Amino acid sequence: MRADRRRFIQAGLVGSLLLAGAAWLARPDATSPALLGGTRFVNAQDAPMLAALAVPMLGLELTAGQREAVVRGVDAAVAGMPLAIQAEVRQLFDLIGSDWGRRYLALVKPAWGEASAAEVAAFLERWRTAPIALLRAGYQALHALINAAWYGQAASHAAIGYARPEFARRLFE
Amino acid sequence: MTSPIHDTSLEGLARGWRVTDASTLKANQNLECDVVIVGSGAGGGMAAESLARRGLSVVLIEEGGLLGASRFKMVEALAYPELYQESAGRQTADKAITILQGRTVGGSTTVNWTSSFRTPATTLAWWRDAHGLAGLTDAEMAPWFAQVEARLAIDTWAMPPNPNNSVLEKGCAALGLSSARMRRNVKGCWNLGYCGMGCPTNAKQSMLVTTIPAALDAGAHLLTRARAERLLLQGRRVAGVILAALGADGIRPSGQTLTVRAREVVLAAGAIGTPAILLRSGAADASAQTGKRTFLHPVVLSGAVMNEEIRPWQGAPQTVYSDEFLHRWPLAERVGYKLEVPPIHPVLLGTTLTGFGSAHRGQMRQMPNLNVMLALTRDGFHPESTGGQVKLRGDGSPLLDYPLTAPLWDAFRHAWLTMAELQFAAGAQSVLTVHEDAAPARTLAEAHAQLQALPDEVLRARVVSAHVMGGAAMGKDEQSGVVDAHGRHWQYDNLTVVDGSVFPTSIGANPQVSVYAFAARSTDALGKRLA
Ligand SMILES: Cc1cc2nc3c(=O)[nH]c(=O)nc-3n(C[C@H](O)[C@H](O)[C@H](O)COP(=O)(O)OP(=O)(O)OC[C@H]3O[C@@H](n4cnc5c(N)ncnc54)[C@H](O)[C@@H]3O)c2cc1C
Ligand code: SF4
Repeated sequence: MRADRRRFIQAGLVGSLLLAGAAWLARPDATSPALLGGTRFVNAQDAPMLAALAVPMLGLELTAGQREAVVRGVDAAVAGMPLAIQAEVRQLFDLIGSDWGRRYLALVKPAWGEASAAEVAAFLERWRTAPIALLRAGYQALHALINAAWYGQAASHAAIGYARPEFARRLFE
Repeated sequence: MTSPIHDTSLEGLARGWRVTDASTLKANQNLECDVVIVGSGAGGGMAAESLARRGLSVVLIEEGGLLGASRFKMVEALAYPELYQESAGRQTADKAITILQGRTVGGSTTVNWTSSFRTPATTLAWWRDAHGLAGLTDAEMAPWFAQVEARLAIDTWAMPPNPNNSVLEKGCAALGLSSARMRRNVKGCWNLGYCGMGCPTNAKQSMLVTTIPAALDAGAHLLTRARAERLLLQGRRVAGVILAALGADGIRPSGQTLTVRAREVVLAAGAIGTPAILLRSGAADASAQTGKRTFLHPVVLSGAVMNEEIRPWQGAPQTVYSDEFLHRWPLAERVGYKLEVPPIHPVLLGTTLTGFGSAHRGQMRQMPNLNVMLALTRDGFHPESTGGQVKLRGDGSPLLDYPLTAPLWDAFRHAWLTMAELQFAAGAQSVLTVHEDAAPARTLAEAHAQLQALPDEVLRARVVSAHVMGGAAMGKDEQSGVVDAHGRHWQYDNLTVVDGSVFPTSIGANPQVSVYAFAARSTDALGKRLA
């Protein structure tokens, strides 16, 4: 009971610190990195991070083009969300996309573009199983966005044995 | 080649339906009518047809767009952003539960899975006994169920279940548990399995192809991409509704405002949307229950790899169920659950499966052999399982706070074990409890051992729901409920709620028929009052 309580207080403290940090990073006067060409949400700081996360998250070797497709898929998914949710995802991306967030919260030393798949996977595993629910929520958001971005593309379907029924093709093609 | 299927929406527009896409408006607008209905889903669709056919002038408001069969391409990446609330990623406040709800003309009925159940008699009895709604007898409700079943062609599905559903049937048979075939609201169904992306053949008798076309043919006016912000309250009356037109992206308000003044206001924005409108309006409520006791059927899942290919995305999505554990325990003693299977498609599966990397990928590659079973837990009957609460964010958008209580965790554990037993009994090679701390188990003993050790923690157990109920519940008087047993608001004489938010508990079965029947009954009373 006491250990639980201590853990709860710690989680609460770390949670508030996280939120404060995220709010600071996402403060309105902070100059945010430019959007990529053609994106509505994902910016130049998010893109290398998402590309780096995609490989260990999906358990796949991805070509540069496929990584780009995941990044654009995440963009489409977030851009379709209500503004309040977009703001939360922005906080998450800014937090782990920033140098200090990556180092001290994600515990990944090299820049996202240079981190090894093993280093990135270790981060995912820490957050997936974290005692702090807020970190698990962060992991789950990344999990949902990256999987939706990848498995939403028809090009990913053959490898998992999925195809729309034959007569659907007659309907639409 | 163009599709051989009619697009009932395009055809209706060509016939001269009055439909205004609010995102195209360049100036504020004022409208007047007899009845304004907010939300075009199960409740709103039923109300629109019934009131328009009485010759009343009806304005129907919908936040989403008007689509039709020709836009339903059986592609998840198109369907989720266009047809669902929050791109099918709506979540509870702590992100522990993912909620599927529709956001398009036809509401959730445009994307639902067609399973059709009457309100269980045990639920009606509970509402009479524990909530004082004495008038809601089986005899009172039976004609309303019969009426909506006839309207929506609800009948037993005669085709054999797809192999994904057969796993449940076989498992039940092997273990000596009861199971049964479902009824569905379909006409000439092609057995495709894509109901969740909008039916491409018009077979599903959703509001989009039944009551809404009937209402529009009778002269109703549909406003799409218009979000009801608040009610215009004047003493005991509601003078109308203020709407924000949405922009071309369907998300950001365009800046134009619409004001619809009406003799009667009907709320049918669903069990998160309707309480949110009442809260944003600061509506009076002597019961202080607005937004409270909002229920899901929190769902937990179990995956199984079968020896043979079962292609779980093909064929009518839900056709078999088991109520063995729904009625096993007294309602207030232990949370019961209904067993079904969900349809499985790549995005749903990829996002729902736990874990990441090669383990997750390995399971994805087994998709053709994958069965998934689900347990719908019946919240709202046990004294400690009182559901969630709709609150408002700073920007006025709704947020459902939904703590997972001990009685629900007890039901989850029981259900996970039952599903593993059923899947092994049906011949599964391995079973995966959908929980971050579980791994595929080769035997029931292994699954059992794992289950003992799984922590009852949010964001480790995968919990989802496609059923939202309550938040503006019926009560016997103004102290105990937000609306009366005909959905009429206790504080406002001309305000009626006709969607899933009127239920005092969860339904304990897939809720669409309950919403239809209560909406039909309430709008009939309203229509008679206006006559
Ligand atoms: C994927 C899925 C599968 C399902 N499968 C089944 C099934 O097989 N069987 C079953 O019985 N039930 C099923 N359901 C549930 C069932 O469809 C719903 O319970 C039912 O449609 C609820 O009716 P409603 O009128 O309360 O809300 P909805 O049908 O959700 O309609 C509410 C509408 O109001 C609109 N709205 C909300 N807020 C506003 C606002 N402020 N302004 C304007 N418009 C607004 C929404 O966009 C929506 O279109 C499923 C649901 C989903 C999402
Ligand atoms: S299974 Fe039937 S109702 Fe569902 S999408 Fe296919 S044709 Fe339509």
